[in-house]
Amino acid sequence: MSQIHVSTTVNGDAVEFLCEPDETLLTVLRDRLGLTGSKEGCGSGDCGACSITIDGRLVCSCLALGAEAQGCEIATIEGMAEGENLHPLQSKFLEHAALQCGICTPGFLVAAKALLEKNPDPSETEIRYWLAGNLCRCTGYDKIIRAVMDTAEEMKAAKS
Amino acid sequence: MRYEAPETIDAAVTLLAGEKGVARVLAGGTDLIIQMSGDMIEPDLIVDIKRIPLLKQISEEDGGFRIGAAVSGAELGEHAGVCALWPGVVEGVELIGSTQVQGRATLVGNLCNASPAADSVPALVAANAVARVIGPKASRDVPVSEIATGPGKTSLAAGEFVESVFLPARPDRSSDAYLRFIPRTEMDIAVVGAGVSLTLDENDVCTDARVSLGAVAARVLLVEEAAKALIGNKIDDKTLDNLAAAASAAATPINDKRGTVEFRTKVSGVLAKRAATIAADRAKGKK
Repeated sequence: MSQIHVSTTVNGDAVEFLCEPDETLLTVLRDRLGLTGSKEGCGSGDCGACSITIDGRLVCSCLALGAEAQGCEIATIEGMAEGENLHPLQSKFLEHAALQCGICTPGFLVAAKALLEKNPDPSETEIRYWLAGNLCRCTGYDKIIRAVMDTAEEMKAAKS
Repeated sequence: MRYEAPETIDAAVTLLAGEKGVARVLAGGTDLIIQMSGDMIEPDLIVDIKRIPLLKQISEEDGGFRIGAAVSGAELGEHAGVCALWPGVVEGVELIGSTQVQGRATLVGNLCNASPAADSVPALVAANAVARVIGPKASRDVPVSEIATGPGKTSLAAGEFVESVFLPARPDRSSDAYLRFIPRTEMDIAVVGAGVSLTLDENDVCTDARVSLGAVAARVLLVEEAAKALIGNKIDDKTLDNLAAAASAAATPINDKRGTVEFRTKVSGVLAKRAATIAADRAKGKK
């Protein structure tokens, strides 16, 4: 198979890579670009551990091909903190102990960030439905939901 | 395998028609990529249609809407016009997978994947939606109910693909609804699905209706007897009981890990009844 040359933007930086035509974007991120924050849980779009955004839209990177990234804006967990400054969601996840093994955490954070950008004041029900595609097998859902609710409160307060 | 991302419909048609091996259209990819990574199919050519501007559009047409094959579920759900005119179709699409899957998956992909349990299809069938099929020969308009012929099988010929789905205009006091049963609240495949589209007159008598069932046969069913139970009547308990009986009578489900024949048959009636109630309430809320 001949490789495909792709020019894209990842976390604001122009990036170029070569990939096989059937290689997923998750594989490209992890194995070619060294961005191993996105995890492969299921590889079938059920667990959400590989969540990223493409052109601002939350997606599973295991369900996109690397070739599809041409000309797109990709955002991954690696772009969430600004240097040493954690995103409010990251701080709240630590504060609420909303993680145990951590494999699902990048996906939850990326998905929760996408939610708060679309809906800064979500109800608990809205958060639970939005995050239904992110699985945590350490069973930390309640702490995760509370961390997201607390972040929304704090971000709202900071704005007003 | 080759990957191509043409920028015009003509170029996509030429690529698909010219491929001797296995060719697949890539829109959202939420079914296709899983089938590829699971070695269920090994395409020789993938044609990504997301770079064709026309296929990324929802456009108004004759009082209805044409939805391009590359429009994602999330984009459809954000379209106020489609949500107002065909809320049942939108709620069917929005039940497909997770938020992440919604960001990619398309209405047309759900139709062409030809699963009997596809959540958007019963609502599309109830809506009498029309698929525009293009290929090396002239384009043709096909009722969505004729696209799937059985699980994973479609009536599309080699080189053909569905370019868009058209949701027609409808009279005042018309609406629709889709409901499915799953044993949990999210992220599952329908055990039974029911779509109802109807129109009421000023006295709340149903003047037109279409009722469909998913996951209870090899393809989505249009249940004419169930529609007849609604037409000419007010949506009261007696009418709804007749509707439920007709829907249950039409269901020909299988036993599998998701549900038994008896359960699916019974639930077909229950969901048809509930969907009709929701559709009627929505219709009354309009003008």
